[in-house]
Amino acid sequence: MSAVSQPLARRRAGPRWSLWAPAALLALLVVIALAAPWLAPYSPTQQNLLARLKPPGFVSRGVTYWLGSDELGRDLLSRLIHGARISLLVAFSSVILSGLVGTTLGMMAGYLRGPVETVVMRVVDIFLSVPAILLAIITVAVLGPGLINVIVVLALTRWPRYARVAYGQTLGVSNMPYVRLAAFMGARAPRILWRHVLPNIIGAMTVVATLEFGLMVLFEAGLSFLGLGVQPPTASWGAMLSTGRNYLATAWWIATFPGLCLFVLVLAVNLIGDDLRDRFDPRAS
Amino acid sequence: MSAASPPAADAPLLVVDDLAVTINGASVVDGVSLSLRRGRVLALVGESGCGKSLTALSILGLLPKAARRVRGRVTLDGQDLTALDERALARVRGDQASVIFQEPVASLNPLMRVGDQVAEALRLHRGLTGEEARREAVAMLTRVGIPDAERRAEAYPFELSGGMCQRVMIAAALVCQPKLLIADEPTTALDVTVQAQILGLMHGLRAEAGATILLITHDMGVVAEMADDVAVMYGGRIVESGPVEELFADPAHPYTRLLLATIPRLDGRRKEHLRTIEGVVPTADQWPDGCRFRSRCPLAADICSRTPPLEPVRSAVRRAACWRTAEAAALA
Repeated sequence: MSAVSQPLARRRAGPRWSLWAPAALLALLVVIALAAPWLAPYSPTQQNLLARLKPPGFVSRGVTYWLGSDELGRDLLSRLIHGARISLLVAFSSVILSGLVGTTLGMMAGYLRGPVETVVMRVVDIFLSVPAILLAIITVAVLGPGLINVIVVLALTRWPRYARVAYGQTLGVSNMPYVRLAAFMGARAPRILWRHVLPNIIGAMTVVATLEFGLMVLFEAGLSFLGLGVQPPTASWGAMLSTGRNYLATAWWIATFPGLCLFVLVLAVNLIGDDLRDRFDPRAS
Repeated sequence: MSAASPPAADAPLLVVDDLAVTINGASVVDGVSLSLRRGRVLALVGESGCGKSLTALSILGLLPKAARRVRGRVTLDGQDLTALDERALARVRGDQASVIFQEPVASLNPLMRVGDQVAEALRLHRGLTGEEARREAVAMLTRVGIPDAERRAEAYPFELSGGMCQRVMIAAALVCQPKLLIADEPTTALDVTVQAQILGLMHGLRAEAGATILLITHDMGVVAEMADDVAVMYGGRIVESGPVEELFADPAHPYTRLLLATIPRLDGRRKEHLRTIEGVVPTADQWPDGCRFRSRCPLAADICSRTPPLEPVRSAVRRAACWRTAEAAALA
């Protein structure tokens, strides 16, 4: 009974906290990342070998290590704040790149059909049959580590997810009379895809992008954890987690705080994705 | 523009000559020939699956992927459309010939303002942009009888009724002043009062602009209301054609006779059942040899195993494809 009345109640509930709360959290993280140089109390790379592995709240020569210091005596809070830039930059860029490539190819496959469909969708199948992180690791290992390479590699390995969804959505939309009518009025494929198909599948693509965003944060962390992402001394949550692991028994804070940050970011993004999915899925309402 | 010599003023606008279409090898349109003069309305009528829509779609090269035109030529205003490539055909569509569909609401993009959808053809074919295209679109919306068109142009399709959406679609089809309008069941999805309004609108536009219309319908009421000439299709072939009044008054082909007899009448006897044509339309791969109506025709005889030609019958302007038109007069 309550299950039946719930959607109605939810629609009447005014502001959608399931969307706004995680969105606010994400916005906060974005602001922190953008304002990192001004927000961070100290330099993220300034070492103090006399204050190595100090616990949160440690004060040394007028410097307060609010979240403690790492194995080289660098301020963990400052590194976390700067690390947010890397996580968000990599996630945003790779999502946008792979989303553009995947959506374009998926729409072309779904609308043009024929040989385009066969080629694109078989390539998608091949990509999806190989674990993405494995593919990413191999490619980075070949291209070499570094920020730009990580973004390119993530875009290259993740576009098939978008292509798959865009393809399915386009197949559906292409059979709508208004798409056929556009062709009957003399519009050609690029225009039809841009003006008639894309606006009608963008909702679904947004949902995929949001869910992928969380995954991209984790992929970057994973690559950095393995030493294939951004290189020291640049701060990255994944790399911090990696070094902190060695000191887990003696200095728990080094690995714990980056881990918490990752957890909060991915959770926020996934909550947004879930909410958007419910919103764009006609069966949910 | 085209290499062909300019057509004479009284030459037909649209000529379809011996058109044949197959779907997976099954014949769905077979030897259809039509001729439509300027300012006339030709109705293509028949049951579902008789090939009338496919005939119309193949005029503009818009057949579904599985269908293939195997024979025939289509000439619009002296230009051979079957000789054009896809790019050249796209320039003809929406400009020289447009289409309106039977599903007005679904035929409009739900996420585009209706004014923009009307202006789309102007942008595509006339190169108009922004304010100019908008002004013409609003003028066209006013012409198709949309009140307060200036404001309605900003509306999305879901904000308009089905009848309004049909008017929008007609406006979008006519905004480039096409020579030919193909109306595929334009009133089927609308309720009766709106149907009457839309037919009235098409009448008005026709009188005003001298539009040439190819009307595809199964509704004999719409045919009587709108058309000058009728071509009745059965099994992918034209079985009878001629001017509306003559054909309705005295159908020569048994199929037409039976089809007209199925229309319920208000003055009929009260206990009378609705009349039907016996049997069902065979699927496209199971046509009988010869006359395709043979399997359902009460007059079928041995001679019907040979395909009857579409020949003049009763008057110079009428044709029917039946061996037994003389006997058909006694039917129904």
